[in-house]
Amino acid sequence: MLAFVIRRLAQAFFVVVAMVVLVFFGTYVIGDPVWMMVPGDATQEQVEEVRRTFGFDQPVYIQFLTFLGDVLRGEFGRSYVHGSSAIGLIVDRMPATLELALAALILAIVIGIPHGLFAGLKPEHPVSRGIMAVSILGFSLPTFWVGLMLIMLFSVMLGWLPATGRGPVMSILGIETSLFSLEGWRHLFLPALNLALLKISLVIRLTRSGAREASLQDYVKFARAKGLSPRRIIGVHILKNIMIPIVTVLGLEFGSLVAFSVVTETIFAWPGMGKLLLEAIQRLDRPLIVGYVMVVVLLFVTINLIVDILYSALDPRVRLTGSQS
Amino acid sequence: MAEPVLAVDNLATHFFTRDGVVKSVDGVSFTVAPGEVLGLVGESGSGKSVTGFSIMGLIDPPGRIVSGSIRLKGEELVGRTEAEMRAVRGRSLAMIFQDPMMTLNPVLRIDTQMMEAVHAHEKVSEKAARDRAVQALAQVGIPSPEERLSAYPHQFSGGMRQRVAIAIALIHRPALIIADEPTTALDVTIQSQILAEVQKLCAESGTALVWITHDLAVVAGLADRVAVMYAGRIVEQGLVDDVLDRPLHPYTHGLIGSVPGDSMPGKRLMQIPGSTPSLGRLPPGCAFEPRCSRAVETCRAGAPPLAQGSHGRAYRCINPVPAEEAA
Repeated sequence: MLAFVIRRLAQAFFVVVAMVVLVFFGTYVIGDPVWMMVPGDATQEQVEEVRRTFGFDQPVYIQFLTFLGDVLRGEFGRSYVHGSSAIGLIVDRMPATLELALAALILAIVIGIPHGLFAGLKPEHPVSRGIMAVSILGFSLPTFWVGLMLIMLFSVMLGWLPATGRGPVMSILGIETSLFSLEGWRHLFLPALNLALLKISLVIRLTRSGAREASLQDYVKFARAKGLSPRRIIGVHILKNIMIPIVTVLGLEFGSLVAFSVVTETIFAWPGMGKLLLEAIQRLDRPLIVGYVMVVVLLFVTINLIVDILYSALDPRVRLTGSQS
Repeated sequence: MAEPVLAVDNLATHFFTRDGVVKSVDGVSFTVAPGEVLGLVGESGSGKSVTGFSIMGLIDPPGRIVSGSIRLKGEELVGRTEAEMRAVRGRSLAMIFQDPMMTLNPVLRIDTQMMEAVHAHEKVSEKAARDRAVQALAQVGIPSPEERLSAYPHQFSGGMRQRVAIAIALIHRPALIIADEPTTALDVTIQSQILAEVQKLCAESGTALVWITHDLAVVAGLADRVAVMYAGRIVEQGLVDDVLDRPLHPYTHGLIGSVPGDSMPGKRLMQIPGSTPSLGRLPPGCAFEPRCSRAVETCRAGAPPLAQGSHGRAYRCINPVPAEEAA
């Protein structure tokens, strides 16, 4: 088990190194950020002055080494627009995004697994067909459109839930969160649902196909032959087997929930990292973009690692091969 | 004769598919006495497994028991609700399956799978259930059962897994075990060990056994009586020695003839021409008639009636194999 974790960590390290290189040269070729920073009527001297200040006059390899040095110190420079530390800005906004992603993940599990199980165990039932039809909609409808429709229905027409923004936050263990107040949840629900919609459909489909496959297995028949109750057969024998792919996929999807909450955050004016990124891209705020991408890369790598470890906890067969090789 | 443990009378289990009704089991009757081993023999698709699952009440839609009766120790099982069946399953009626790689849940430890079997029918403490599991494992010859209990199925060999499955089946000392080709997936040496083990355990606990197989050699060594199935019907049954030494139905005769055992080296084995008919489209008369070398005109007229002999001997043939040919 330990060897397994160490090997995964080493792999993760190389992924991060590769991403550092890619991200630097990727943003380097986008364009010269100087023109976004100086006023339109600036003189050539003023432009050169700005260039020197930020080190843009150096050859590319010097710039890269400087960048590497910064990265090793956990710094991505100062945001050109905000003037403060890029990483600081991102970390400030992170709790809001994580909170949103977490709420979406919980919705995906709480809504997805029971519906998927039902559809998988009673495939011919009309309700099952209904669930599957809705899940196709969940897959195909664009997030931004669904978001707007949610706002229109629940905020504008029914007036039940607020349309934009985050509820009141309080500090729990040093983390700003709105998860512990009713008002916080009222603000969180719509954006979380919007973000979760695709994942709910995904979980429904995964659970359904898993349940259908598992319920035909001999071990289910044997469990029935032992005289076990349907609750135990479904809740333990079937669910534990289908949780393996679900945990894997959901784990990986959590990263994408965080990274691609950009659309949802924009629509619901959610003050998270996604919204910050969008502004940074519009203004070619290189340190902020680089910082954001690196944070997301680290997040993905960490999540993949956790998923691998969880996976081996769920499936004893993976554990065995992991410790042998 | 004592009251039979199991009495199956005129059982019919049909599957209602889109292509029509498949009569997998169509009028099967047999009894099993306490402690007796009945070999249920037939080719794939002859309805032997469906018979087993019907007795267990594990027939899923589109399949259904359409008529007949199954009595376990005198109590009718057909028509019971799922909850009533569940009280019987695993307690007085157990089943072992063909593929030991598939019957144990790969993600649950052996102790979980054994203790839940205990808890399904008895309210006992965790400790007591665990002790029962250890005993059961020791009983089927698994070395150091205490340690092996916390292993996962993939850490066992095929033969060991089948032993675990047998231990689970025996845990409540059922009156009857249905064994659906439990040794087919194992290699020959393990097969004979398991056979000996099962025979011993059933004799000790007085458990009757319905052993479903296509292997006549297994039946010859294990069973007291044998029933031969063809296309959803029992075509011949009787004491093992009677049936194997002197088959009356041409199908049984053909099956025995196609076993390589006694035939002369270099001589071609006897074979039954053709293959099992599709159960959806059986011939109007005897189902075996198209493949039968002894078929006569009247075979096509209607299903042959059951002819009775001594010692529970019965067969469905109007032109049985004469004694001089059977040997």
